[in-house]
Amino acid sequence: MSSVRLRLDGSPVELEAASSTSLLRALRDAGHTKAQGACEQGECGSCLVRIDGVVQNSCLVPATICEDANVETVASLLNQDLADAFARHGAVQCGFCTPGFVVAAEAALASAESLTYDTVRERLAGNICRCTGYHGIIEAVLEVSQRRREANQ
Amino acid sequence: MGTTSSPTTVEDALKALSNGARVINGGTDVMVPVNEGRDWVDSWLNLRNVESLRVIEQSHDGIRIGAGVTFAKIETSLVHLAPALARAASTVGSRQIRNVATIGGNVATASPAGDSILPLLTYDAEVELVSLRGTRSVPLTQFLVGPKRTSREPDELLSAITIRDFQGAQHFAKVGTRNAMVISICSICARLDRERGIARVAAGSVAPTPLLIHSAEEALLRQNAAAEFSRLVVEASSPISDHRASAEYRRHALGVLAERVHRLLWQETQ
Repeated sequence: MSSVRLRLDGSPVELEAASSTSLLRALRDAGHTKAQGACEQGECGSCLVRIDGVVQNSCLVPATICEDANVETVASLLNQDLADAFARHGAVQCGFCTPGFVVAAEAALASAESLTYDTVRERLAGNICRCTGYHGIIEAVLEVSQRRREANQ
Repeated sequence: MGTTSSPTTVEDALKALSNGARVINGGTDVMVPVNEGRDWVDSWLNLRNVESLRVIEQSHDGIRIGAGVTFAKIETSLVHLAPALARAASTVGSRQIRNVATIGGNVATASPAGDSILPLLTYDAEVELVSLRGTRSVPLTQFLVGPKRTSREPDELLSAITIRDFQGAQHFAKVGTRNAMVISICSICARLDRERGIARVAAGSVAPTPLLIHSAEEALLRQNAAAEFSRLVVEASSPISDHRASAEYRRHALGVLAERVHRLLWQETQ
């Protein structure tokens, strides 16, 4: 085991990890449970985080390569307008996949692309939800996209 | 005792490689068996901080794509220069996979299904391998020697992929069960440069390695030979049945894709 120091949502943390331990496992074993663990093959997106500005699956990153990294989860990436839109559109049912969807959605919203139903689907294609049927999630992201564009005009 | 080294130069990376560390960049392939407990890694050689590997360089001699260039970068920056490669890159995994997964990882993993390998084969790409002994270039066709097996020596690092001949109309297509995160059931890439009389076709997931099919090139150069082209492509394949698809279905789907890309390439070059 070696110890890994990094910043998690703005605070310094120290994790214990073997070489083969993913960042996701190391975070959860230390009680930091904002990123969810499900498939651990990069298929479901529930463990999505931003590491040094790049959105990625924390299950596919060994913790030991994250020394000194800046790791951000849903806790620091979610904006209130998206949270409200998720609630309004029924984009959350059991909630397990929600942290991953929020990280993917905020990345899509922050990009210069103008979002359409199809581009939102593409941007969220690496995240799996077993409850909502996706429509509410996509509608919520589109609504926020529209409102943020209007607010910037 | 496990160690992780995160060098910033190729030279330091090669020193770490000589100690037997496992190379990792995006991690999207290498971490899956590790998470499943089928693989154990003691020492990582993390290439994410080697900036010189993350560069695409264009010169009169062609395009040199650093092994550490991500698919997210390829799908946007090579759209006009190498459209089939950009298209293949855009079908890899999902957005978060493409943000970190690298072309060097895809090529070095040498999966029969490796998406970026097909367009690279149709461009007659060369693989650059660097070691403390020096640098050598190997044609991609000779680099791929079997399923997940390459001619890379243990002390060598795949540093770049060079393409020189990437002109002409080109198409990449694959069949899978889901839009994102699909390991292809079968895939194809074809390039037609009518002005110079050059045709190339490569197929994936239908042989032990991605396959460059010379026997079908002549039929791709003739407009009304889509059916013959399709037959020749399928004849050159040797798919297996596995949990993703039967050999019979793979041959059928490959034939459909081949006929389609032949038609599209000729429509585009009219």
